[in-house]
Amino acid sequence: MTKNSELTANKGFDIGEQQIELLEKLCNATAVSGDEHEVRQIVLAEIKSFADEIEVDALGNVLAKRFGSGENRVRVMLAAHMDEIGFMIVKKHDDNLFQFERVGGIDERQLPGKAVLVGRDHLAGVIGAKPIHMTTADERMKKIPVDALRIDLGPEIGDKVKPGDRATFATRFKLHGPSILAKALDDRFGVSMLIELLKHPPANIDLLTAFTVQEEVGLRGARVAAYKFNPDMAIAVDSTPAYDLPHWDEEDENVQYNTHLDAGPAIYVMDRATIADRRLVNLFTRAAEAEGIPYQYRQPGGGGTDAGVIHKTRAGIPSISVSVPSRYAHSAIGLARIEDWENTLRLLHAALSRVTPDLLAGERRG
Amino acid sequence: MNDLVDLLKKMLTAPGLSGFESPIREIIREAWQPLTDELSVSKIGSLHGFKEGQGVSPRKRVLISAHMDAIGMMVTHIQDGFIRITEIGGIDHRILPGQPVVVHGREDLPGVVVQPPGFLLPDSVSDGPVEMKYLLVDVGLPPEEVLEKVRIGDTVSYAQEPLELTGEALAGHTLDNRVSVAATTLCLEALQNRNHNWDVWAVASAQEEETLGGALTSPFEIRPDIAIVIDVCFAKGPGSSDWQSLPFGEGVGLGYGPNIHPALFDAFEKKAKALEIPYHRDLMPKMSGTDAMAVQIVAEGIPCAVLGIPLRYMHTPVETVSLKDIRRAGRLMAAFIADLDDTTLDKINWEE
Repeated sequence: MTKNSELTANKGFDIGEQQIELLEKLCNATAVSGDEHEVRQIVLAEIKSFADEIEVDALGNVLAKRFGSGENRVRVMLAAHMDEIGFMIVKKHDDNLFQFERVGGIDERQLPGKAVLVGRDHLAGVIGAKPIHMTTADERMKKIPVDALRIDLGPEIGDKVKPGDRATFATRFKLHGPSILAKALDDRFGVSMLIELLKHPPANIDLLTAFTVQEEVGLRGARVAAYKFNPDMAIAVDSTPAYDLPHWDEEDENVQYNTHLDAGPAIYVMDRATIADRRLVNLFTRAAEAEGIPYQYRQPGGGGTDAGVIHKTRAGIPSISVSVPSRYAHSAIGLARIEDWENTLRLLHAALSRVTPDLLAGERRG
Repeated sequence: MNDLVDLLKKMLTAPGLSGFESPIREIIREAWQPLTDELSVSKIGSLHGFKEGQGVSPRKRVLISAHMDAIGMMVTHIQDGFIRITEIGGIDHRILPGQPVVVHGREDLPGVVVQPPGFLLPDSVSDGPVEMKYLLVDVGLPPEEVLEKVRIGDTVSYAQEPLELTGEALAGHTLDNRVSVAATTLCLEALQNRNHNWDVWAVASAQEEETLGGALTSPFEIRPDIAIVIDVCFAKGPGSSDWQSLPFGEGVGLGYGPNIHPALFDAFEKKAKALEIPYHRDLMPKMSGTDAMAVQIVAEGIPCAVLGIPLRYMHTPVETVSLKDIRRAGRLMAAFIADLDDTTLDKINWEE
């Protein structure tokens, strides 16, 4: 890739080889909602020499604090979820094939013909499909239901896999040109940026990072993490879809793109779960403009992040979400730009550096 | 696991779509070089490996036909940096969304097949399967760079890495039909230390998946007395459990039907029994779906046997095979060929 050589010098908030290596490790790890072990281990190892306090809570969230210096520090919570969509093995059939259930929102049309990794040992398996030779044209116009699919790990799998084991797509992290192709960029991008911020924190705030669990199945980790931290404000750091593809009919304009790649971090005004605090929208917008960082407003509408539960925790917590745009989330291979990731990290740092008690002093307005 | 896995992995990662076989042909040429007396390439691109028999000239000839070409896709259109595709060979569009691929443009470009969100598709698609014409390939490059590097007619290969499963099973794309090329290689290896009276012509044939072009032309040039066509056959698995499918990893298929000369079927069955190689009669009531459909009708006609290596999930990027069956097929072919003598042809007749 052309960009790599330019990226080797890490000037604080640039994405360099070290950051890419960490993201690769995070994306290749398996952490299906409810079994976030592998990512949690990577996070703990990365942050142990940087955080002032680290705790793994009752649900498995990693809660890490890094205190700033100076007076009147605002306590800012950053949340990024460790879990990813995937599968759980639910039944072993007589033919040594395994039935599975989806964990998180996966379009069943994304499943047939995929390689998967099963269990803590990452055993290789495949989700096959009937040979095309045995299908009819009518049949090919119908979806293959999930309960007709099986994971095949070979004839001698024995007891090495059992119901309850988790599985993910077997995708390996890859760089191509300006892009990253990987699974679980939702939300390993967020995890990587929280680690980076813990390593290089803005001194004016108390940084409260929550590496959350079970976001994909109901935002469960974020709720208790926000309760525990009891922060002054919160930012969910995530990855949001870029539906910036052409319309089938070339005459038609795509006006529901959600976000575009190459347009910088996506600042949320509203999604299905949260109406962002306008003061925080302004904070991010002004920080981006002051620093010359490209940004975009995510199209208001569906979807949601950890902010959906955080902002309603305790007596209410002023919240916003900021995301790296990426294509094809919740499928085997996502695709995003290194530069959008880098600009999101830079924007987060720029915005956090501008947080003062005044920001939240008055009433919420909008 | 062993040399067989190494050879297979090397062959699986080489492109070679129907009509564009040169990359895989080079890999096979390298593997066959030390095992044959002469290598040549036919006008249509099939690789011919000649191994001289030890019998008295003029010798009879046996041909082994294993097609080397792969199914895949071809670029039809480029739209805003995204690539539209059509198929080479038979692909069920339902297995394409989310597949890793390589676009063979001015350089090889890794990419992914994309199922666009419903609002970008015609209303008729709704939430059903998305036909190939509506799918896109994203190579992660800016639109102008895509236009520079990709042209209409460029080929697109599957890029799923091969996976070793338990019980000597291997999964990946293009096991159809590189496993048969591997079995043919094992057969040639076995013949290094065995006497065989007949000349052996091993053919890695081109274009089976689209035109049967290789299988129609190589036998014409070689004029074998008999032919062994080796290809994959259906293994039992999800969605494929009826009479058409053989048990997985439990023996080779011996094709039985109008493409196959019954005397050759009998001879192979006898040999398999003698060697205690497990096999199953693979019923092909109308046609075999293999090179044999073409080889059989070349020139004045050629008696064919069809050997099958049972394969799950055919024509998907996760086709799955048992290495045991590949070895069995190689061993059976070598034993059959070593037995060919002056009297063999007399037995390949219609005197029921």
